[in-house]
Amino acid sequence: MQTIPLDQSVRMIPDGASLMIGGFLGVGTPERVIDEIVRQNKRHLTVIANDTATVNKGIGKLIRAKLVRKAIVSHIGLNAETQRQMMAGELEVELVPQGTLIERIRAGGYGLGGILTQTGIGTPVEAGKQRVEVGGKPYLLEIALRADFALVQAFIADYLGNLGYALTARNFNPVIAMAAETVIASADNIVPVGVISPDHVVTPAPIVDYLVANA
Amino acid sequence: MEPHTIIARRIARELSPGMLVNLGIGIPTRVANFLPPGMHVFFQSENGLIGTGSVPEEGMAHPTLTDAAGHPVMALPGASIFDSAMSFGLIRGGHLDLTVLGGLQVDQSGRLANWTIPNKIVPGMGGAMDLVSGAKRVIVAMQHVAKGASKIVKKCTLPITSTRPVDLAVTELGVIAFRDGRATLLETGPGISTAQVVAATNAELVLPSTILEMPV
Repeated sequence: MQTIPLDQSVRMIPDGASLMIGGFLGVGTPERVIDEIVRQNKRHLTVIANDTATVNKGIGKLIRAKLVRKAIVSHIGLNAETQRQMMAGELEVELVPQGTLIERIRAGGYGLGGILTQTGIGTPVEAGKQRVEVGGKPYLLEIALRADFALVQAFIADYLGNLGYALTARNFNPVIAMAAETVIASADNIVPVGVISPDHVVTPAPIVDYLVANA
Repeated sequence: MEPHTIIARRIARELSPGMLVNLGIGIPTRVANFLPPGMHVFFQSENGLIGTGSVPEEGMAHPTLTDAAGHPVMALPGASIFDSAMSFGLIRGGHLDLTVLGGLQVDQSGRLANWTIPNKIVPGMGGAMDLVSGAKRVIVAMQHVAKGASKIVKKCTLPITSTRPVDLAVTELGVIAFRDGRATLLETGPGISTAQVVAATNAELVLPSTILEMPV
């Protein structure tokens, strides 16, 4: 694990990269990293996240700046700009049921090729997917997701990169941390090793590649 | 009584102590207001919270304690926090006793459409498909008629949320149960006759010999 200034953390991300980004309607999204991506004008990004937040918050800022080529998300209902770009054909949106999305990411991070779920059977979600019968019940085969980078927001990090989360800002964060080639974490609080009790570490340090220094 | 109040009060009677319940946005959220005093129910927000409470007082909101609509909430004593994988494990894995959701259409076999109006409203399904496919019991809370058209229909014309039939639809006009592929009118709304429900419904309703008035 390496501690890194904000601007350098984003400089590692090339145009066209795939990013998993933590957060649920902007809660638990690394806002400083998002702002820096906009400032450095990283383009043609693929974003994998729960949603695109609102126009002025979290991932919504990437959408507004037209930096996203494709979004794999469960919900865009609170972001009119995402819907507008999708309808206009400027942005490709793959809508995935929320429970399927998080399990596809989990599978990607846990060394699995995919998962079987009953969610989506007989709906438009099934299009193009394989049905697998187990114990007489039909399931959809949903394939694993991975990304080039995971942008993780934690409540607390120690100098080694052990992470803990706060309240509902946890959401996708610990799951995406497992599923990307490079994990860039930011934290509200960076503390000496030992401050976080081992029982309270949710994401273990070896998973984290870079910790963004606080301002 | 307002239609939304009738619906929320009636659904509140379906809750019992200790249940794990997920309430969707809109009318379903109001169900929590009508629990009998002292009854303890676990409310889940799919963003990763069991023990969802009411709206905090001015100045007491925390930016990282929100419900699934992104609004500030309180966490009740005994609350717990978990990531999205566990949240949907609870939903799909047979741990969620009841989900209450809004609806655009419910057909007479109990199939629900509530996530999109193609080319008009495309918000994404969020957690709705997992909730309807996975919860032990599914109740739809909606007004009976929208823009002059019955929301209880013969067959959904909108894309369905799940092939799994819902258990109950509660509207301001009645309570309809879905069993064995048929819709049965169990109760009528306050001051509403069976004939009025039938007239407002564009689907075949089974009418048992005894149909009660909703106890709200």
